[in-house]
Amino acid sequence: MIEGITIYEILTLTTILFFIGVYGFLTRRNLISILISVEMILNASVVNFVIINKYLYPDELQGVLFSIFIIAVAAAETALAVAIIINLYRQISSVEVKDTEVMKY
Amino acid sequence: MIVFAIAAVSSRRMLRSVVYLLFVLVGIAGIFFLIDYNFLAAIQLTVYAGGIIVLIIFSVLLVHHIELKLEMAKPLRQIITAIACLIGMGTFLTTIYSHQFNVIENNVTTTTAQIGSKLLSYSEGGFILPFEVISVVLLAVMIGAIIIAKGKKLTNKSNN
Amino acid sequence: MNIGYIILIPLIPLVVFLVLGIFNQKIKPSVSGYVGVFGLLVSAALSLYAAYQYFFVFGKTDGFYQTFSEKTVWMNFTEILHIDMGILVDPISVMMLVVVSVVSLMVHIYSRGYMKGDDGYTKFFAFLSLFTFSMYGLVLATNLFQIYIFWELVGVSSYLLIGYYYTKTTAIAAAKKAFIVTRFADFGFLIGILIIGYYTGTFDFETLNNPEGSAILNWAVTSFMGLSVITWALILIFIGGAGKSAMFPFHIWLPDAMEGPTPVSALIHAATMVVAGIFLVARLFPMFYFVENGFALNIVAYVGAFSALFAAIIAITQNDIKRVLAFSTMSQLGYMMLALGVSGYEGHDGVGYMASMFHLFTHAMFKALLFLGAGSVIHAVHSNFLKDMGGLRKYMPITNITFLIAALAISGVPPFAGFWSKDEILVAAYDQNKLIYYIGVFVAGLTAFYMFRIYFGIFWGKEKYYEHKPKESPLSMTFPLMVLAFLSITAGFIPFSEFISADKAGFEAHLNYPLAAIATLVGVMGIMLAWVFYKKESSLSDRYANALGPFYKWASDKFYFDEIYMFITKKILFKRVSEPIAKFDRNYVDGTMVGIGNKTVLTSEKIKGLQSGKVQDYAFAFIAGAVIIGLVFIYLLTS
Repeated sequence: MIEGITIYEILTLTTILFFIGVYGFLTRRNLISILISVEMILNASVVNFVIINKYLYPDELQGVLFSIFIIAVAAAETALAVAIIINLYRQISSVEVKDTEVMKY
Repeated sequence: MIVFAIAAVSSRRMLRSVVYLLFVLVGIAGIFFLIDYNFLAAIQLTVYAGGIIVLIIFSVLLVHHIELKLEMAKPLRQIITAIACLIGMGTFLTTIYSHQFNVIENNVTTTTAQIGSKLLSYSEGGFILPFEVISVVLLAVMIGAIIIAKGKKLTNKSNN
Repeated sequence: MNIGYIILIPLIPLVVFLVLGIFNQKIKPSVSGYVGVFGLLVSAALSLYAAYQYFFVFGKTDGFYQTFSEKTVWMNFTEILHIDMGILVDPISVMMLVVVSVVSLMVHIYSRGYMKGDDGYTKFFAFLSLFTFSMYGLVLATNLFQIYIFWELVGVSSYLLIGYYYTKTTAIAAAKKAFIVTRFADFGFLIGILIIGYYTGTFDFETLNNPEGSAILNWAVTSFMGLSVITWALILIFIGGAGKSAMFPFHIWLPDAMEGPTPVSALIHAATMVVAGIFLVARLFPMFYFVENGFALNIVAYVGAFSALFAAIIAITQNDIKRVLAFSTMSQLGYMMLALGVSGYEGHDGVGYMASMFHLFTHAMFKALLFLGAGSVIHAVHSNFLKDMGGLRKYMPITNITFLIAALAISGVPPFAGFWSKDEILVAAYDQNKLIYYIGVFVAGLTAFYMFRIYFGIFWGKEKYYEHKPKESPLSMTFPLMVLAFLSITAGFIPFSEFISADKAGFEAHLNYPLAAIATLVGVMGIMLAWVFYKKESSLSDRYANALGPFYKWASDKFYFDEIYMFITKKILFKRVSEPIAKFDRNYVDGTMVGIGNKTVLTSEKIKGLQSGKVQDYAFAFIAGAVIIGLVFIYLLTS
């Protein structure tokens, strides 16, 4: 428990971070920027888990452990995403989202 | 932290955006430290701030001209997205604030030993299964990443 | 009396039609000829047997001939309103069975010779059988709807047979014209049937014709524009009959129908189909007589008389022998109609009814004979026109004699059949309506005149140049001529009034000597006049024709009725009525449909953009959806 900070404030913080990540995901043109935004979303959710764990259930550890898994999965996913981006770059020599609109009508 | 986050998503230079993300991640590690979850903070710093950021920087360097200015989306799109996000945020916050959380004041410190034993315990509430599954997932991801990143040369060689 | 076997009479030609139609390509022509003739021979034998049974063996009960019927419900609408199918045995239906059988049999035998070598030989016999089946069904009908069904079937058969030479455009046009004109008249018929069905609750003839039944007793219940509704219905039904029987003004199809082969003209347009209209009025005669004191019957009489006169005048001027015979048919049908029109009901008053049926019977015989004889001549000379014929009596003796017998019969010379029947008609007219009587006598004279005009023109006079020497037709063609000639002589002696009468009781008819003498005199005068004009080739007729000037031209152009109808349909109906409606249909109705299609395409083009292929757009939709669902859940469902 952090002195002087209520749970509401931290939850507000994570919410704002989450939605900034969403905004970035929907707005950015570059694939890597989108990746960065995804990282931000994931982090916000990790903090959410941990905070709930600490404030409401301090004797349990599920939140922490689950967060460890989330971090692991996020890392894996980022690695794969980078691999795909590199492959895509080889095919179309660009990492802009607008060049990947092959599946339109 | 919020400032850095906003900067990360709206920066026009790729590398700067990555660095701002790094700062955000460090900030989050700071929060973990404040909560006395030292192990988690360490993991955050090592895996996220260290590994992922480096990975992203490598990929940026591979596919990107450092000097190139990134484009932003059309203003109309930005506004619509911003409005949607604000509405979403409003929903979330209203829900959060209208809920009564029973906060238990405490000063319990979780040690690494506790986390470790919980992670590998067979008994009820143990996380051994997810632990094993995660290991397999990481293995799969590694193999997949290698194959994807290798690209055409791999398949050509195997055909000959 | 057992009438079950009568159902075989129409069924046999139907089976023959199906067999010949289905195996059209595989049957050899000679086989199909024998099949057709044999089938009809059986039907004819059954008809004669039925007539013998009905009139002689079973005879009258309580002084009246009984009506027998067997029917089954075919379409059930309500308790009262239902359409049945069945057979009705009644003096006139039995008589018609005999007429149709005899004439059809003769035509079948004749066709074996006439149509020999034609490509569609089997098809022809199939159509003839179809027609015979339809005609049998028509005369055996038990109710208005059944008669309407067979009416249309007969129209279809006529269309098929007139347009038999389908490569000739005139034949196709004639077939269309016949069908369309009769169809137009049948529209009136149908409305009449529906009115009767609605106001009397039944279509059945036995119920409708019962003089003490509700249909006749309650005729005055509803009226429309001064006349009873039932009267209107009867007038409309008469219009249907007038179309089929080529009464004025629906007569335009009959001359053109001569485009068909001559046996067809003999069967359909002389003896059987065209009398369907007469038969219909006779069938509904009690209604015509009792409803509104016979108002509809008056109309029948005047239309008949006018048609008789009109046709006879035109017939004098025609040069195509088949056209002359066509107008002659129309004229004689007019006689039959007017006889029905002036008829009474009880006993001797019903002499008009009896005369009409009698004339139908005898007319079938001698008109068929005339047509078949004309066919024989046309077959020999290869032309329809009078100017290509002359002096044929040396080459075609049998045709000559039989044609002469028929011509004498139609002119009303005793003792041939036509004299007896025409005389009875004039007797009926004399008692009721003097104007109609005088018209009848005048037309009798005209009939003799034009008939002998063509007789002398064909068989006497100067010989024309013939490419091949004309010779007598083969036996298959002359045999029917001889049979029909025999019947034309003897049919007059049948005491018809014993069998057929309006109230089905039969009465004794006597020869009215003064009127008979007048009729015969008029006929003989007509023959004399024709002798003078036409026996030897001379320009006497032409001088008279020129003297009559424009009147002659009008008559020979059939009083321009065809042109009037064409004008009305083309200039008025097509331009003023059909075109605007077609334009409306094309622009608005079709336009709406096409417009809906276009709008769909436009809309889809607009919303195509949803499938942009951009992941971010999809993610946006996802997030927006999630937010909205969250809102819905939180606020709407839990508040």
